[in-house]
Amino acid sequence: MPYTADKPPLPETPQQLRDRIPGWGADLDPADRPAVPREVRDPATGAHWDLPEQQEERRPRERSIEHARLTPVFGTAAPTRGLSGVIRRFSYRRFGEGRTVRWLLLIAADRVDAVEGRLTSSRGSRAEAAVTGTEPHRGPSSTPRRPRPRRSPLGRALTVGSWILAGVLAGRAVRRMAGRRAGR
Amino acid sequence: MRAMTYRGPYDIRVEEKDIPRIEHPNDAIVRVTTAAICGSDLHLYHGLMPDTRVGSTFGHEFVGVVHEVGPSVRDLAVGDRVMVPFNIYCGTCFFCARGLYSNCHNVNPNATAAGGIYGYSHTTGGYDGGQAEYVRVPFADVGPAIVPDWMDEEDAVLCTDALATGYFGAQLADIAEGDVVVVFGAGPVGLFAARSAWLMGAGRVIVVDHVEDRLAKARSFAHAETYDFTRHKDIVVELKRATGMLGADRVIDAVGAEADGNLLQHVTGTRLKLQGGSPIALNWAIDTARKGGTLSVMGVYGPVPTAVRFGDAMNKGLTLRANQTPVKRQWPRLFEHMRNGYLKPNDVVTHRIPLEHIAEGYHMFSAKLDGCIKPLVVPGTA
Ligand SMILES: NC(=O)c1ccc[n+]([C@@H]2O[C@H](COP(=O)([O-])OP(=O)(O)OC[C@H]3O[C@@H](n4cnc5c(N)ncnc54)[C@H](O)[C@@H]3O)[C@@H](O)[C@H]2O)c1
Ligand SMILES: [Zn+2]
Ligand SMILES: [Zn+2]
Repeated sequence: MPYTADKPPLPETPQQLRDRIPGWGADLDPADRPAVPREVRDPATGAHWDLPEQQEERRPRERSIEHARLTPVFGTAAPTRGLSGVIRRFSYRRFGEGRTVRWLLLIAADRVDAVEGRLTSSRGSRAEAAVTGTEPHRGPSSTPRRPRPRRSPLGRALTVGSWILAGVLAGRAVRRMAGRRAGR
Repeated sequence: MRAMTYRGPYDIRVEEKDIPRIEHPNDAIVRVTTAAICGSDLHLYHGLMPDTRVGSTFGHEFVGVVHEVGPSVRDLAVGDRVMVPFNIYCGTCFFCARGLYSNCHNVNPNATAAGGIYGYSHTTGGYDGGQAEYVRVPFADVGPAIVPDWMDEEDAVLCTDALATGYFGAQLADIAEGDVVVVFGAGPVGLFAARSAWLMGAGRVIVVDHVEDRLAKARSFAHAETYDFTRHKDIVVELKRATGMLGADRVIDAVGAEADGNLLQHVTGTRLKLQGGSPIALNWAIDTARKGGTLSVMGVYGPVPTAVRFGDAMNKGLTLRANQTPVKRQWPRLFEHMRNGYLKPNDVVTHRIPLEHIAEGYHMFSAKLDGCIKPLVVPGTA
């Protein structure tokens, strides 16, 4: 009990644990633990550069204003496009990482992106169907659409509500900023 | 090539994409032979991680064969069988030079707070992931390692994240001989954390979840005592009782942003995305720890603020430790433990899914159907 100095007794002795559990205590000594200490100087990483070469920026790459430069290496998946791209680039350009509005805008852009994706993919597959004479999303090359996991009307309402709220918050932030600028 | 493609929350498909190409002299292109779905992928799947773009491919746990190498790659050759840590990192920035590989500053233009991770939204750098036939692997001389001859393919995949993370989580908890350790979450990460706590000399290991198959695994695989939190009115009080009203010396959060157990937090955190996730398990962890104890957070949370009971953490004098795992630092010692038979990673694998059926895999893993604990994904089989 915590009311006196002794720790409550354990159900098993170290020897019992050692017998029951393979490897018990193998890393008892912190010196055997690879994550101890947290920081180690100049570990052998295999790198043969001081600063890595710069990856080519084939199209303008959005980046955090908390970076002094474009990082030497970066991902090139799904470049920004459409309205979602406008929102994303604005958010990266305007707000530091400590600002909640930055992240809410990015989440709002994700929802816009999903809608935009649905519009363009149905247009795209219709065009594909016209050319190849196949039905969209059917042939062996595409997975059959799975029924989406069932979501309750309440859950749906909550989710939609969250997007609206995110939009309102983001809108308010943008207005406030515009107001600040006009008042200057 | 065929690749898992994100279309929006709860909507993923397998689509035709171009094979990735070398974009930096130290890149490699790897043909994926086995990948996995991780609890972290569920945060993307549910639309919780900001800047998750339509058309992107997830997957940060994979092994494969080197298909192509960039001009500056020295240590890998076409045909090598490689395992790839989920971190993308340069090896020489301020953070890498101190062993903080998961916090590399040279790979993620989108955010300085997060390092680079394969297939994990633009918030971690905008890289496509390995739930595909091919994947671009930056810094090929730094991250990947050749799979040792004695290592099984499935064990190798688990080393790229889940096993390394559970083991890392136990280390961050600073376990000393005889400590009482409570692990929230009996997913792959929690199971490996519980198993690893014994290696560090824990005197008692208790695992909390609400999925019976997983709790059973925690008893058999991780040799742990278990609690189903839905069977108790107040799990924290129950755990206090189980520890002589003292609380646990060390607590590990292996749940993260999608914790169940409190409707308000679940709705505002997971449904409304008004928080960086639902902090239920994290709050339980804070309240379960004994005063002066250590809390190790492996659970992932988004960058939007989260309603954490920080006052309790402060008053109790807790040590909070957390990070994404610097995976490769764990490997040499982990490999020893595997060779000694102390750890058998693929004991937690329950499903092997062809890439073409990955949408069902996500649904099953997310809804915890069919006893699913860890699903692997195999390209080229359908
Ligand atoms: N730090 C890292 O480097 C790192 C690496 C991998 C995964 N992760 C994170 O670790 C967490 C776990 O990953 P996983 O693959 O095991 O995921 P998982 O989804 O398979 O496991 C989570 C488990 O938590 C349980 N759970 C839900 N609410 C709970 C609650 N209130 N109390 C106790 N248990 C609860 C769920 O039933 C589930 O079994 C995720 O957040 C993931 O993103 C972190
Ligand atoms: Zn993972
Ligand atoms: Zn680095």
